[in-house]
Amino acid sequence: MSEIPGDLKFLKSHEWARVEDDGLVRVGISDHAQGQLGDLVYVELPEVGSAVKAGTGAAVVESVKAASDIYAPVSGEIVEVNELLNDKPETINEDAFGEGWIFLVRPSDRAELDELLDANDYQDLVENEDH
Amino acid sequence: MTEKTVLNATHRALGARMVDFGGWDMPINYGSQIEEHHAVRREAGMFDVSHMTVIDLHGARVRDFLRHLLANSVDKLKVHGKALYSCMLDERGGVIDDLIVYYLGDEFYRLVVNAGTRAKDLAWIERQAQAFEVQVKERPEFAMIAVQGPAARAKVLGLLHEVDRQRIEKLGKFAAAAAQGPHGMPLFVARTGYTGEDGFEIVVPAEHAVALWEALAAAGVAPAGLGARDTLRLEAGMNLYGQDMDETVTPWEANLGWTIALDEGRDFIGRAALEQQKAAGVPRVMVGLVLDDKGVLRHGQKVLTANGEGEILSGSFAPTLNKAVAFARIPAGEPGDVRVDIRGREVPVRLVKYPFVRDGKPCEGI
Repeated sequence: MSEIPGDLKFLKSHEWARVEDDGLVRVGISDHAQGQLGDLVYVELPEVGSAVKAGTGAAVVESVKAASDIYAPVSGEIVEVNELLNDKPETINEDAFGEGWIFLVRPSDRAELDELLDANDYQDLVENEDH
Repeated sequence: MTEKTVLNATHRALGARMVDFGGWDMPINYGSQIEEHHAVRREAGMFDVSHMTVIDLHGARVRDFLRHLLANSVDKLKVHGKALYSCMLDERGGVIDDLIVYYLGDEFYRLVVNAGTRAKDLAWIERQAQAFEVQVKERPEFAMIAVQGPAARAKVLGLLHEVDRQRIEKLGKFAAAAAQGPHGMPLFVARTGYTGEDGFEIVVPAEHAVALWEALAAAGVAPAGLGARDTLRLEAGMNLYGQDMDETVTPWEANLGWTIALDEGRDFIGRAALEQQKAAGVPRVMVGLVLDDKGVLRHGQKVLTANGEGEILSGSFAPTLNKAVAFARIPAGEPGDVRVDIRGREVPVRLVKYPFVRDGKPCEGI
């Protein structure tokens, strides 16, 4: 498993959030999550301009094995989606914390970020899950 | 209590992701299910199928017994070593299990049945066997490795004792024979499989299974998990017991009519119910679906037709086709435009004849 970047925050359901320099929040799923799902074959992206609510489904990733809802870590408006995933969903398997990001949100309530797990807490969560 | 095959430590050492499958701790993949799928379609892959149950049947009246027990006719087996695929039905025509039967001698047949149905199969077979004085003997001391793909047979042949090679190379499809493997280990080599590719399924004494696996790996056969096995058999149009059929379904409703032998005067279990259903009209049919759009067809999704609702049985992304395919059970009759409910969205699908893939290539019209 690849190292968990320290600047990321997490939902218990394995989505990561990164606050970019411009204040927008980039969202993806963790390397642990992609490993659990197996080879990804399809990503249903949200529409740019649509509203998302923290803790509710915003996208769907489908592996050979199963379909999984991707929850928005923060509420706000979708400002960009990773179109690359339409043709190459396996990018998430290859680089979950980087090129495999899923969507970018303009957050409406930055306080929601404080409720997310930090990288250490998430690491503990994953390690406990494995036992 | 989860059971382990003799290859369990080997899978773990290879970094396999393990899952519970019918009470067995089995590898679902060793990294990428899709790459393992392609390895089997393009070259050769191997599966640990030691969780499957081998049952040997001995007795003077064993053939009569199988004429009664199985919906397919063992009278099609004329030569020692020949194999037959069959359903085993209950009195109502429901499918207890599907299996392969091997004709090994006039008083000796071998069954290979599913792992998840082991206990009920053994109980059923033993009960039916009493009247025929047939001895039913499970063989847990055997492991089984399936080697599948266009290069599979050549790779196995290279590991056999020289005196056996030519004979095993000439083995016809759906036939089996004994041979000596690496270090003289005794093998039972069957030209059967569950992937739509050529290859062998090899029964080997458990104590030799790791050595055989390692010899196959050294010969360039890629380890493949149950995940790839599932997508390969779906593409090949092969049913999975428990998902595509069970006791609530007759073979007519599971596209297994080709395995029913209504030969004159043979009184097999379930025959009366099957004939009755055929005469009355079979209410449901099993069909193949292809989704040309993006998305994945999955077990349990609702199928909408002109005659009412059906459901997806086996459904998955098909790596050889790069799109999703499925088996569905729908009401009989002209279905009209067929749609599948994917998370509340009605998505149009194409009804097709399957198999979807044969010998590495997409079938016509898929």
